[in-house]
Amino acid sequence: MSGVTKVYGEGEAQVYALAGVDLSIDEGELIAVMGQSGSGKSTCMNIVGCLDAPSGGQYLFRGVDVRSLSIKQMALLRRYYIGYVFQGFNLLSRTTALENVELPLVYRRVRAAERVERAQRALDLVGLKGREGHKPNQLSGGQQQRVAIARALATDPSVLLADEPTGNLDSARSREIMDLLVRMNRERGITVIVITHEPDMAAFCDRIVEFRDGRILSDKRSRAS
Amino acid sequence: MIRATLLMAIREIRRNLMRSGLTMLGVVIGVAAVVALVSIGRAATAQVTASISSLGNNMLTISPGALRRTAGGASATPFELDDVDAVEREIRGLVAVAPTAGRSTIIVFGNKNWRCSVNGTTNAYLKVRNYKVVSGREFTEEDERTSKSVCLIGATTKNELFGKQDPVGQLLRVGKMPCDVIGTLGSKGEGGAGTDQDDVVLMPLSAYQRKISGNHDVSNVYVSVEEGRPTSMVKAQLEGLMRERRRIAPGAADDFSVRDMQEVASAMVGATSALTGLLGAIAAVSLIVGGIGIMNIMLVSVSERTREIGTRLAIGAIGTEVLAQFLVEAVMLSTCGGMIGAGLGVAGSAIASKALDMPFVFVPEIVMLAFVFSATIGVVFGYLPARQAARLNPIEALRHE
Repeated sequence: MSGVTKVYGEGEAQVYALAGVDLSIDEGELIAVMGQSGSGKSTCMNIVGCLDAPSGGQYLFRGVDVRSLSIKQMALLRRYYIGYVFQGFNLLSRTTALENVELPLVYRRVRAAERVERAQRALDLVGLKGREGHKPNQLSGGQQQRVAIARALATDPSVLLADEPTGNLDSARSREIMDLLVRMNRERGITVIVITHEPDMAAFCDRIVEFRDGRILSDKRSRAS
Repeated sequence: MIRATLLMAIREIRRNLMRSGLTMLGVVIGVAAVVALVSIGRAATAQVTASISSLGNNMLTISPGALRRTAGGASATPFELDDVDAVEREIRGLVAVAPTAGRSTIIVFGNKNWRCSVNGTTNAYLKVRNYKVVSGREFTEEDERTSKSVCLIGATTKNELFGKQDPVGQLLRVGKMPCDVIGTLGSKGEGGAGTDQDDVVLMPLSAYQRKISGNHDVSNVYVSVEEGRPTSMVKAQLEGLMRERRRIAPGAADDFSVRDMQEVASAMVGATSALTGLLGAIAAVSLIVGGIGIMNIMLVSVSERTREIGTRLAIGAIGTEVLAQFLVEAVMLSTCGGMIGAGLGVAGSAIASKALDMPFVFVPEIVMLAFVFSATIGVVFGYLPARQAARLNPIEALRHE
């Protein structure tokens, strides 16, 4: 990612959410992205996750310039490479945990039997065995977050983006979630990018990128990887 | 994927059964109304056709007096048997020509009496008017020649006077004349205009003229035209012949009339089918209103489920898949509504035709049409909300509260 800008609005009212960001992320990294709200970290992550296209500069995802892709191509890129864990979980209400986890597999055209099996495995992985039939409103916040993670993992993505995955949780639960993300990174080699504003959580990661006012303030590797 | 989309739609519909049901209701009522009204209309048409054809086959009626007689006009000269002979002689392509003369008369059997229409005529009348002798016999030539006091009685007359008793061989009194019952006629049901065709007594014309009316008048002549010969042509020939015989000056108005039952029939059928079309069109409006109901609910559903749509888009659904999801849901609602409505419509028309004592007519093409139309309504009115869903920006949709 080089010289990436993102502009909202036009003319006099233009706002630079990102004012030239250079960032390179290698496969298999475990990165924490920090910054205050409005610092551009979420915008940057939307671009990294191919949810949004940059206004200027260049973003190459696996060598492909995202700006040259159509909306449909971006959706397909998300479908096959990226897993999201959203800040507000965004599980489908009145839909069981298992069905929620199956959802990305449906779009990948995975056959029903295999879908159930993979979703089951993903739920086991996050420690929710036996809760498959529960609906989101029957689960605690931590459990809901784990369902969301299972949904992101079910497809074996190459990149996992988690936006404040611990935002609504107490510290013990937060630790569990972070442990899980670290494990995925170590065991499966998934590139994990976590947005957080808690230094404790960022400390789990190998590399911490801090944003301020649409620019990268610092980019530190805490551990040699 | 198709299966997954269908399952998703079913789940979505079941998730909110109450709302889905109410949404469907608009289409249900619309389709049911169209199907029921058109079926009932067709039944009415069929009934009109049946009752008219029960009057007689390809029948023309010649009556004295103009059809639209002005008030106070002198009553026209009746026909005589010579006129009937002339018709038989001059006009080709006739199956039967039946002169009749009749009036309403009291008939008495035992201690019961009954007023009904007593007609003097010939066997040809049975043929023209489609009467069947179900027991006993027709008139013989001798009956007619010797003015024998014999009669055939219709089903209603028989029931009123004889009940379950066999009337053949019994002696009736018609007016002042004693008369042997030689046979009974099969029931023909109601003719047009609510007249009971079974409430009749038929006797040889000669007997009627001599013993009841006391003159040689023939009041109506019924003519049955050969199958395939246009009745309008025969009607024109009859009119020409009658004008000649009755010496009507060119340009002067007819003092008789020739009625073509075919014309009456097609006019009545035309009127009922026009009415059916009108009712169907009004019902179709309610179907469109039902479609708008679906659109309304789908629009609400899209804005309610914005976050869900955002989630789906973020995890890799492409626009057309979201479009398909909502469209399938709308089409499913409308076709379910269509099926239920068609069922209700058919059932409703069956009940109505029973209540109204009409034949039940199942009109498969209107059921198909209503069904296809309701599916189309799903596509048309579901498309806009579905497109709106598909065009959402995933980031904004996810932020939506």
